[in-house]
Amino acid sequence: MNTRQMRYGPLPVERVDVAVIGGGVVGAAVARALSAYELSVALVEARADVGDGTSKANTAILHTGFDAKPGTLESRLVRRGCELLADYATKTGIPVERTGAVLVAWTEEELAALPGLAAKAAENGYERCEIVDAEEVYRQVPALAPGALGGLTVPDESIICPWTTTLAFATEALSRGAYLLLNTRVEGVEPPSGTADTVLRTSRGTLRAGWVVNAAGLGSDVIDGLFGHKRFTVTPRRGELFVFDKLARPMVNRIVLPVPSSRGKGVLVSPTIYGNIMLGPTAEDRDDRTDTSTSEDGFAFLLEKGRKLMPALLEEEVTASYAGLRAATEHGDYQVFLDAGQRYLVLGGIRSTGLTSAMAVAEHALGLLGEAGLRLDAKATLPDPPRMPNIGEAFPRPYERADLIAEDPAYGTAVCFCERVTEGEIRDALASPIPPADIDGLRRRTRALMGRCQGFFCGAEVEKRLCAGVAREHGENGDTEKTGEAQ
Amino acid sequence: MSGTNGVASDVTTESPDVAVVGAGPSGLTAARELAASGLDVLVLDRERQAGGIPRHSDHTGYGLRDLRRVMNGPAYARLLAERAVEAGARVRTSAMVTGWAGERSLDVTTPEGRIRVDASAVVLATGARERPRTARLVPGDRPPGVMNTGQLQNLVHLHHREVGTRAVIVGAELVSWSAVLTLREAGCRTVLMTTEHPHAESYAAFSVPGRAVLRVPVATRTRVARIIGHHAVEAVEVEDLATGARRTVPCDTVIFTGDWIPDHELARAAGLALDPGSKGPLVDNALRTSRPGVFAVGNLVHPVDTADVAALDGHHVARHVRDYLAGVLPQGPGIPLRAEAPFTWVSPGLIRPGAGTPPRERILLWSAEQRLVARVEVTQDGRRIARRTLPWPVSPGRVFRVPSSLLSGADPHGGPITIALA
Ligand SMILES: Cc1cc2nc3c(=O)[nH]c(=O)nc-3n(C[C@H](O)[C@H](O)[C@H](O)COP(=O)(O)OP(=O)(O)OC[C@H]3O[C@@H](n4cnc5c(N)ncnc54)[C@H](O)[C@@H]3O)c2cc1C
Ligand SMILES: Cc1cc2nc3c(=O)[nH]c(=O)nc-3n(C[C@H](O)[C@H](O)[C@H](O)COP(=O)(O)OP(=O)(O)OC[C@H]3O[C@@H](n4cnc5c(N)ncnc54)[C@H](O)[C@@H]3O)c2cc1C
Repeated sequence: MNTRQMRYGPLPVERVDVAVIGGGVVGAAVARALSAYELSVALVEARADVGDGTSKANTAILHTGFDAKPGTLESRLVRRGCELLADYATKTGIPVERTGAVLVAWTEEELAALPGLAAKAAENGYERCEIVDAEEVYRQVPALAPGALGGLTVPDESIICPWTTTLAFATEALSRGAYLLLNTRVEGVEPPSGTADTVLRTSRGTLRAGWVVNAAGLGSDVIDGLFGHKRFTVTPRRGELFVFDKLARPMVNRIVLPVPSSRGKGVLVSPTIYGNIMLGPTAEDRDDRTDTSTSEDGFAFLLEKGRKLMPALLEEEVTASYAGLRAATEHGDYQVFLDAGQRYLVLGGIRSTGLTSAMAVAEHALGLLGEAGLRLDAKATLPDPPRMPNIGEAFPRPYERADLIAEDPAYGTAVCFCERVTEGEIRDALASPIPPADIDGLRRRTRALMGRCQGFFCGAEVEKRLCAGVAREHGENGDTEKTGEAQ
Repeated sequence: MSGTNGVASDVTTESPDVAVVGAGPSGLTAARELAASGLDVLVLDRERQAGGIPRHSDHTGYGLRDLRRVMNGPAYARLLAERAVEAGARVRTSAMVTGWAGERSLDVTTPEGRIRVDASAVVLATGARERPRTARLVPGDRPPGVMNTGQLQNLVHLHHREVGTRAVIVGAELVSWSAVLTLREAGCRTVLMTTEHPHAESYAAFSVPGRAVLRVPVATRTRVARIIGHHAVEAVEVEDLATGARRTVPCDTVIFTGDWIPDHELARAAGLALDPGSKGPLVDNALRTSRPGVFAVGNLVHPVDTADVAALDGHHVARHVRDYLAGVLPQGPGIPLRAEAPFTWVSPGLIRPGAGTPPRERILLWSAEQRLVARVEVTQDGRRIARRTLPWPVSPGRVFRVPSSLLSGADPHGGPITIALA
C-alpha cells in the first residue's frame, strides 16, 4: 500500500480478516497487536490522520491507576497498560518522563480523604503512595499558592507524548502488513449472517471483514447501533486546557493533582513532555460530538482555578489552548462487549484513561477474540518496532546534537524557532510511513508551530514545506486528483 | 572543545570580541559601528537572511532618523546588512542561538554544526513579536486563517501566497495599518478593524492613507470575543465593550496586530533582571543589562518603536560596549526610572549617573490610554524636578517620547524617579 492509497482513491483492499474501526490510540494499539498474527488487518479511520480525535487532545499522563475504581476493568487495564506502554516507549523512543505527582488537599475534608485514597491505591495494586505534610508539598512544588494543608505523593505518575504513542502503534501495524485506511468513514454496516463476512459501507467504498473491532471513541455507540445493539450512549464531556509558555516550566516539576471528586479527576497543573505547563481540564457535558471549540466560560473557570492553585503561573503567556472530548457514558466502566455470533467486539466508553490503557485494552481484546474463535497464529518473524523521532524536551533533540548535524546539515537548520524544529525533522516527517495530511498533523509529528509565536516568524515557511510534501503524496500515482476525501 | 552534555563532541568554538544576537536594524547597526572601530564582531541570526522584520515589511517608511532617507523595508534591510559587512562584521545567518554556555558564551545551532561562541561582550537584539490569538485568550474554533501581521507579511511578501478575501483586523495601531496594506496587496479586503480603545490609535499618523483612502471601518471600544469556523474561518463575534452587545462579522481571515511582547527567551534564560512592564531586559542609559558585558537594544527593550529608533540604539550602544571592553565603563548603582499609569513601561528603566544620556536623548514610554494634551511631570523623592507640556499627544499603540533633559534636575544620589501625566 503506498501512502496515496492510505488517504485517497478507491480502497486498496476488498476484504480483510479483521477491520478495526477508529484510528485513535485504542484502535491503533489493537491493529498493531492483531497484525502480529497471520491475519489481514485494516485500521479504518474517518479522518485524514491517525490520532486526530480525543487521542490528540488530552492531559497526556501515563497513569498508575492509583485512583481508579477498584475491581473495574478500567482499573485492571490502566495498571497493566501503564506497564506495557512504559516498556514500549523505551523500545520505540516515545518520550516519557517519570515526574511523579502530588495530590494536594486544600480543605480539612480533602485532607481527611487522603488516607482513603492511599488505601484505594493499594487496592488497585499501587503501593507507593505516601501522605505528606504541607511543608513537603511546598518543597515539591514551591510555586503553589499558599493554603495547602497536605498531600499524597504518587511517585510513578508520568507524562508521555500522546501523539507519538498513537503514531508508533499505527506505524508498527503498517510495518507488520496492516492496511491503514484514512479518510474512510464507516457509514453503514451489514452485520454478518452465518459465516458470511460483515460488510462495511465506507466513504471510500465497501470493505468486507471476517471480524470487526469497534474502537470508534466518540462514535462507538453509533457503530454499536449499526450492529443492532443499544448498550450505552456516549455523551461528549468537554475538557478545555491552557498550555503555558515554556518559560514557566521551572515552576512545576511534577504533576499537581486535586483531590478527585465525583465529576472526574478535576483541574491539574502539569509539565508537558514538550516542556510547557498545562492547566486543566474542565469537565462539561455537551451534545455535539464534533465541537472541540474552546469557550469563554471554560477560560474564565481555568483562570480562576489557576489563580487559586498557582498565581505565578498566570504571569506567563498562554501559548495554546484547546479542548478534547471524553467519550463518557452512563456507566462507570469501559464498555467492552464481544458478540461471538456477529464476530464483533466493541471497545467503548474509554473516556479519561485510554492513552494509558490502550495496549492493555488491545491485549484484552485479543484474548476475547481468540476465545471467540479468531485464529491467532503468530507470524514467524516480525519487523523491529519503529524508532520514533524524539519530540520530548527532556531528551536531546536534533538541533543540539552535533553528531547528527555533522552528518546532515538539515538537522542544524532551524525552521520553527520557538520549538527548535529543524529542516531535517520536517523532511523526515513528510517522508515517514504515515506522513502528515495538514499543518496540525505536522505539528503533532515535529512540534512545528506549537510554540509561543504561533507562526509569526515561521508560519509561512512551515506551510510551504508542508504543501510541497502533500503535493508529492497526491501525485504519487501520477494523478493529482483528490478523491474520496471524507470530512 | 566544549563537552558538557556528552553530545558536544563536534562543537567548534569562536571567540569574537563582540557577539550580536539578532541581525535586525538594531543589531546590524551596532555591529557596523563596533566593527568599524576595529573589533571582531560576530552577528548571529536564525533567519536565512539578515535584516530582521523589515525584510518582509514591503512598504516605505524606513530609515528616516538613522539614514536620513525613506526607503522600503526590504531595501533598508539589505542596506543595513551590507553596511555591517563592509565595516568588517561577520554576519552569520541560519545561526540560531539556543542558550547560554557561560556568562558571555552562547550555544548556537547552524547547518555547519553546533558552535560555542565565547565573546567578550554580548549585544542582545532579538526584537519583539505580536501576541498571538492564544496569548490573548480568544476562545472559539481553531481554524487556519488566524495569524499575526508578521506571518501575514511573510506569506504575502516572502512566499507570495494567497490569503482570504475578507479580513477582520484586531488592533488599530501603526502595524495594523501595515497589515491593511499587505492584505490589500494580496487582494483581501479589510472588512473591519476592532480596537478596545475609544479612538483608532494611529488615526492621526495614518489619516491620509488611513480612513480616507483605504476606507476601512474601525469599530472602537470593541473586542473580538470568539472565532467561528471548523475548517476555515467563517466569522468572528465582536462585542461592544460599552453595551455588551454582540454581533457576528463574516470573514475568512483574522489578523491579530500589535500587543507586543519582546523576544526575551535568551534574556530570561540568562536570568537578567527584567522590566516588569515591557517584559524586556532592564537596561540603563548605556543599554547594559544586569549582567556585566551583556547589552540589549532595539525592540527587545522597547516593544515596539520604529526601525530607525531601534537602529539608533545600535549606534548608541557601540560606544558603551567599547568602553566596557576597555574597562572604562562607569560602574555604580543606577536610579530606577518608573512610570505611572496610563503608562505601562518606560525605557530605559535605570539611569546610571555618569553613563551619559540615553539613546537619542529620549526616554521612551508606552501608554494604555489616549491623552490629547501631554502634560508630563517628573518627580523624585516627593520633589517635582520637571514639568512640561509636550507638543505631541499620548497614544496607545505607539511610543511616547520624553526628552531626557527633563531628568537633568534629578539628584544622582536620590531615590527612584517617576514620570507621570499631570
Ligand atoms: C481532556 C481529556 C484529558 C484526558 N487525559 C488523559 C490522560 O491524562 N491520560 C490518559 O491515559 N487518558 C486521558 N484521556 C483519555 C484519552 O484521551 C482517551 O481515553 C483516548 O484518547 C481514547 O482513545 P480512542 O482511540 O478510544 O478514541 P479517539 O482517539 O477518539 O479515536 C476514535 C477514532 O474513531 C474515529 N471514528 C469515529 N467514528 C468513526 C466511523 N464511523 N468511521 C471511522 N472512524 C470513526 C474517530 O475519527 C477517531 O479518530 C483524556 C481525555 C480528555 C478528553
Ligand atoms: C508589520 C510591521 C510593520 C512595520 N512597519 C514599520 C515602518 O513602516 N517603519 C518603521 O520604522 N518600522 C516599522 N516596523 C517596526 C520595525 O520593523 C522594528 O522596529 C524593527 O525591525 C526593530 O528592529 P530590531 O533590531 O529591534 O528587531 P527585529 O527587526 O525584530 O530583529 C530581530 C532579529 O533577531 C533575530 N533573533 C531573535 N532571536 C534570535 C536567536 N535566538 N538567535 C538568532 N537570531 C535571533 C531574529 O531572527 C530577527 O532577525 C514595523 C514592524 C512590523 C511588525
